Amino acid sequence: MIEVKGLKKKFEEEQILDGIDFVFETGKTNLIIGQSGSGKSVLMKCMLGLFTPEEGTIEYDGKAYSSFSDEQKRELRQEMGMLFQGGALFDSMTVEENVMFPLRMFTKKKKKELKDRVDEVLERVNLNDSGKKFPSEISGGMQKRVAIARAIVNRPKYLFCDEPNSGLDPHTATVIDNLIHELTVEYDITTVVITHDMNSLLEIGEKIAFLKDGVLAWTGDKSQIFKTEDQTVTDFVYSSDLFKKVKEAQKQGL
Amino acid sequence: MKYLQTIGEYFLMLKGIFFGRMTKRSVLTDLIFKEIDELIIGSLWIVGFLSFFIGAVVSLQTALNLSNPLIPKSLIAFAARQSIVLEFSPTFISIIMAGKVGSFITSSIGSMRVTEQIDALEVMGINSLNYLVFPKIIAMLTYPFVIAISMFLGILGAYTAAVMGGFVAPDLFVQGLQEEFIPFHLFYAFLKTFLFAFILATIPSFHGYYMQGGSLEVGKASTTSFVWTSVVIIITNYIVTQLLLS
Ligand SMILES: Nc1ncnc2c1ncn2[C@@H]1O[C@H](COP(=O)(O)OP(=O)(O)OP(=O)(O)O)[C@@H](O)[C@H]1O
Ligand SMILES: [Mg+2]
Repeated sequence: MIEVKGLKKKFEEEQILDGIDFVFETGKTNLIIGQSGSGKSVLMKCMLGLFTPEEGTIEYDGKAYSSFSDEQKRELRQEMGMLFQGGALFDSMTVEENVMFPLRMFTKKKKKELKDRVDEVLERVNLNDSGKKFPSEISGGMQKRVAIARAIVNRPKYLFCDEPNSGLDPHTATVIDNLIHELTVEYDITTVVITHDMNSLLEIGEKIAFLKDGVLAWTGDKSQIFKTEDQTVTDFVYSSDLFKKVKEAQKQGL
Repeated sequence: MKYLQTIGEYFLMLKGIFFGRMTKRSVLTDLIFKEIDELIIGSLWIVGFLSFFIGAVVSLQTALNLSNPLIPKSLIAFAARQSIVLEFSPTFISIIMAGKVGSFITSSIGSMRVTEQIDALEVMGINSLNYLVFPKIIAMLTYPFVIAISMFLGILGAYTAAVMGGFVAPDLFVQGLQEEFIPFHLFYAFLKTFLFAFILATIPSFHGYYMQGGSLEVGKASTTSFVWTSVVIIITNYIVTQLLLS
């Protein structure tokens, strides 16, 4: 569980986050949505400890980040997995080396044990044949899956995904979404997902935070978001034509 | 003002590299060998080629311009040795390396920045500065070997051109090489080389690590990095020469 309280962050004179309160729950996929530039990535980077907020606290399972010693912060980092928007795979390493990297850096296990664990997670994301390839030799969707494998290889307690399915076709996007959701439930991870994809809302939106003008304009889950009459939310969710038509059809009782 | 800030950031980077958390020993060792291969071994061919032919041209020029019969022909060897050991090998080759190794370092670190690979390292709890730059600095400690090879091949080139061209007898050339040899000059040349090695590893890393923007900017950063690395090498060269030789 990650609990964010009264979080404020500004860059130069611009207030990006202006008092965020939210609880990201364990074993659930928690979604952050909102327009481009609304500060979703900034919020995530605050939770990752890459940015320091001016005000507010972030608690990881009840312990405030600000109270952590440097050593504890490092340990916390090792309990986090992050899936970057572009995958951020190390292109000088093969798929296998990429996935093994966090293990190699932080565990004292033998090569054989590491290799077994790598095979296990690659199997989990259905990529056991591509271990020897380089990131540039596999498709975008496969890169995302490798990045997921790398993010979960250390069995993280917290998983962060910044737009996991941007740039993917609808089918692959669904595969990625489901994979993230399954892993979350399977390993009881606190998962935070930033998304632009309304499909993801429908599929894995167990807890949704809608970010607008630096505050959370709306929170709820997937069943509520398509029923709500809140204008700011509907303007955002139904900005796509398809959804607008579906909504109208619903109203007419079709 | 902006320059002062940049210089400040550069020294903060050095602090992050040396006083931040160290990367795991076994990983670091692998990285150092990889960097030696890419930065040092990968440059030997071009450095050797340039050194041999520049050495040859230097002695050819001296030979062709030596029309006064009172000046001994051994001067050809003496002049070649002095120019190669003091300036051509340490300084000129380092400028070439700023183009070759420097832009390689900037673009490889820069593209890691652009594609969030550096953020990925940080999120994993790795000191990315130490991980990326420290192995390059250590690898560049072997750079003086490159310069030693360059000196040797430069003088070999000079010998070949002068003797094959029939300008001077072999034993006279060798005698010229030994004339007025000052060991301190070698110390001066290799001291410079160490400083240049450090500059070659750190300034291009700085430009790559702190670059902003997309892949287009990676190209621009490489160019800027080349300009600044050469400028700093030339200025350092002037200062060291002023301090040690005058
Ligand atoms: N490192 C930074 N320095 C200065 N300003 C920043 C920085 N990072 C983000 N910002 C600013 O914060 C604002 C929010 O950016 P953020 O990346 O969080 O948007 P986002 O909601 O993730 O958008 P998108 O959906 O396009 O990724 C933007 O106006 C951006 O310019
Ligand atoms: Mg973003």
